[in-house]
Amino acid sequence: MITRIRSMMVRAGIVLVGVFALVGVAGCKRPAQQATTLKASAAGTALVESSGGHQLGVTGTALKDPLVVQVNDDQGTAVPGALVEFHGPFGVTFDPAAMLTDTSGQATTAVTLGTIAGRYQLSAVTPGKSKAVTIEIVEMALGYQQRVGSILNEKHCSRCHDPESSAERVSNFNNLEVKPHAFAEGDTLNKMSDADLTAIIQHGGPALNRSALMPPYGSTLSASDVRALISYIRAVADPPYQSAGTVYARK
Amino acid sequence: MHPIRRYLSSAWQALFGDAVRAFGVVSAVLLLALAIAPAKNQFAQWHQYQRRYLSLIHDRGDAVTLRRRFQPGIHQTWLPELGVVDRCTTCHLGLNEAGLGDVSQQPFRKHPAIPHSLDGFGCVICHGGQGPATTVAEAHHSERAGEEPILPARYIESGCGQCHQNALPGTPQLNLGRAMLTRYGCVRCHAITRPDGTRVMATDHPPSLVHIADKTTREWIYSWLKDPQAYAESTTMPNYKLSDADARDLSAYLMSSSTPREGDTALAATKAGSSADLAAGPSLYGQSFCASCHAVQNAAGNLVGGDVGPELTRIGNKAKPEWLAAWLANPRVYDATTLMPHYRFTAQQVATLTTFLQAKSDSDYGTGVHLDAPIPAQVAHGKRLIVELGCAACHEINGVQKPENFAPDLSTIGSKPLAQIVFLPGMEVSLPSYIVAKIRQPRAFGASVKMPQFALTAPQADALTTALLSLTNRSRSMPDTLRVAATVETNYQPAGHAGKLINELACFSCHRINGRGGDMAPDLTWEGSSVQRQWLIDFLRNPNTLRPSLIRRMPRFNLSDSENKELTEYILAVYQSPAVDADAVPDPSHSPDVVEHGKQLFYSKYACQSCHIANDKTDKGYIGPTLTQVGSRLTAAWIYSWLKNPQALRPGTTEPNQNMSDEDARALAAFLMSLKGQGAHGAKL
Ligand code: HEC
Repeated sequence: MITRIRSMMVRAGIVLVGVFALVGVAGCKRPAQQATTLKASAAGTALVESSGGHQLGVTGTALKDPLVVQVNDDQGTAVPGALVEFHGPFGVTFDPAAMLTDTSGQATTAVTLGTIAGRYQLSAVTPGKSKAVTIEIVEMALGYQQRVGSILNEKHCSRCHDPESSAERVSNFNNLEVKPHAFAEGDTLNKMSDADLTAIIQHGGPALNRSALMPPYGSTLSASDVRALISYIRAVADPPYQSAGTVYARK
Repeated sequence: MHPIRRYLSSAWQALFGDAVRAFGVVSAVLLLALAIAPAKNQFAQWHQYQRRYLSLIHDRGDAVTLRRRFQPGIHQTWLPELGVVDRCTTCHLGLNEAGLGDVSQQPFRKHPAIPHSLDGFGCVICHGGQGPATTVAEAHHSERAGEEPILPARYIESGCGQCHQNALPGTPQLNLGRAMLTRYGCVRCHAITRPDGTRVMATDHPPSLVHIADKTTREWIYSWLKDPQAYAESTTMPNYKLSDADARDLSAYLMSSSTPREGDTALAATKAGSSADLAAGPSLYGQSFCASCHAVQNAAGNLVGGDVGPELTRIGNKAKPEWLAAWLANPRVYDATTLMPHYRFTAQQVATLTTFLQAKSDSDYGTGVHLDAPIPAQVAHGKRLIVELGCAACHEINGVQKPENFAPDLSTIGSKPLAQIVFLPGMEVSLPSYIVAKIRQPRAFGASVKMPQFALTAPQADALTTALLSLTNRSRSMPDTLRVAATVETNYQPAGHAGKLINELACFSCHRINGRGGDMAPDLTWEGSSVQRQWLIDFLRNPNTLRPSLIRRMPRFNLSDSENKELTEYILAVYQSPAVDADAVPDPSHSPDVVEHGKQLFYSKYACQSCHIANDKTDKGYIGPTLTQVGSRLTAAWIYSWLKNPQALRPGTTEPNQNMSDEDARALAAFLMSLKGQGAHGAKL
């Protein structure tokens, strides 16, 4: 009797081990299926960013414009059929992540940024003739507050602060006697404290002994609107803004 | 048998043979059982996270404060009226720690700044997932019946939409999705009821097809039905993927059921009398600001123009010339509720525009469509198809009833249980992935699915998905106090003859009045308090642009003098703001001193020239309206009230509220009223 039970248990064990093995094999096989094999028919020596860098995206969502890079040869002419791979930090996805350049030597991918707000450093790699060529591309993901700031900026501020005009929006920058700074100008804006930014936004230029061409917004925008604008200004600063708050050092 | 029994009985003897032994064994078992709970705790996943958190903060400068705030054990946010039992903060220990802004390691990151306190709303309301769970697998990834995995970050705005039925500035994706639900006609087939019981109403304007034969040919209908986007890339009409025979029969029924409209042919007579001025076409199209509403594809393939009316890139392929002429002469004859104004074009202008628009055609479009005269069986089949596909849910069609509840109600689609969904092989098992797939490729779920193929970009599909995910059961059981009502368009209708004129000119297509209308042009609710009589008369006769940088502009209507007067008097009498007090600025003819003081304030204290032009020689401000003749345009009382608080008169205006003293506002108003412009009125800018 005992031996019967024992042999049954052994059999069940074997079956179980078999099932686990199968599941395991199936599980391991999945990523292998996903990786597609691309056969490059050419290779270049240089990689340039054509468009789609330095976009302001939103955490966890696809960037508005695709990222386009171009593979060139020594003469600077485009190389079709070269392999390009895109890489990014955790949470970033590319669709597709690897591809061959099209007839104009370009590789185009849709980028979805991760769920953390901040600067994302992406890279594009092409195997190259002798050694791999890599370029870095920077994208920016705005969090909720920063995005509210960007919307407010678009409505209230960018007409003066952004020197670029678009089809729908003519910039007022050139009409101003005293020129404001674009919010990306970190060299200047990073030096202003949050308190100073709050003061000039709420009470206008004169609050900091500056031109009244900068209007006061304290009665138009709420305090949280102003905080949102500041978080946006800090987010787009280039060079990046280092928080002047508590600095944590290792003991 | 025998050995087992012997073995068992000896074991029994050994353990429970006498009272002392039995007591010892039972105590030992009891002790073990008591130890199970603490041991389980000790090895629980959340406990490991709490230990990791402690070691993370251990080395930090602010370790003492952080450690003091740290509470071991399971944390729980319990909000009975919201149905929230969230234990997420058991592992997500840094969510509320302002100091942890530099930590990017999950699960300890600080929550990004949002307008709500985390303790007041918990986590799952926005993020989904299983609040009471205490393991990552259960909390984030459960696919069990009645449970849902955590929501991908790109749909997070759906959380806001559960309470906020109105458009929030911080939720562009949700706003876009909601606008699309009404603009793409989704709610014409699918009913959506908001938690407060109001229905979401469509805002598109699908044309009536009862006189379609006046407007176009059967061949065009056929090509259109086969692929609407091939005719106009920007159209919201979906593709039903019809077979050739189905398109043939549908077009046969539409043509045969169409009844003629008298005005559409009557005009051919007037048209015959006047000839087109070919050279004037483009400028007339430009002056009439047709492009404010209608888009045309340019040579580079980009759409240029507004999306209020249909795209006109290939209008010559579609519209019969006599219909087009009649339409331009008075669109309300063909469609009484159209958004298109009755421009009161002269016969020659009608002929000019008709010829200009007819030339917008593509000689390749619709070639190769040859349809034989239909036989009765085909017409009958066409009618059956119309009923089956629900065409009449959007379009008025002779002989076919508008179907009720044609497609499933979507009022609680955001809580659809996973068990009720048939997922395609290889699809991620989650509600968002189902909704987005269904929106993008409805027919992938079976050839018999009636839902047509919409031409949507990935961000548009995500926006729609976000809006649909906000339609949850929770949004309905939420306490009323948390609910922010939708801003619903009023059905304001101006009275009398002037009201009829306002409808004919389709003012509401661009302007908002008393909560009804478009947002392309200024809100006119208080226009009567704002402008002067003579200016308004001149402006209606020949609108000039107030804002130098505007691209969309007020078109010119050929109003008769009596129409002009009627409209002016109505606006001045009816659109009066109680907040604008004509007595607040007693004397419009101020002393030169006051005017001079106002000028000082304008240029130095308030630096208004940064946005406005008061003197076109010196000022360059390009944001607000030009003020060179504002003294002939606006009333002193309006200027004064406006300066005191612009947002009170026009919510959302970008003119900053400068918190001006009464005295400053009066002096500035006096200065502005002194700016009468060159010439009497309507001098050029
Ligand atoms: C009418 C044009 C105008 C608008 C609109 C405007 N600004 Fe300014 N802003 C200026 C000018 C001009 C200055 C420079 C003043 C000086 O340096 O004396 C300025 C300066 C500033 C500064 C100081 C840094 C710098 O650029 O020199 C900040 C910060 C700022 N503005 C924020 C804002 C924000 C936020 C908004 C929107 C809410 C806004 N501004 C809207 C014109 C404008």
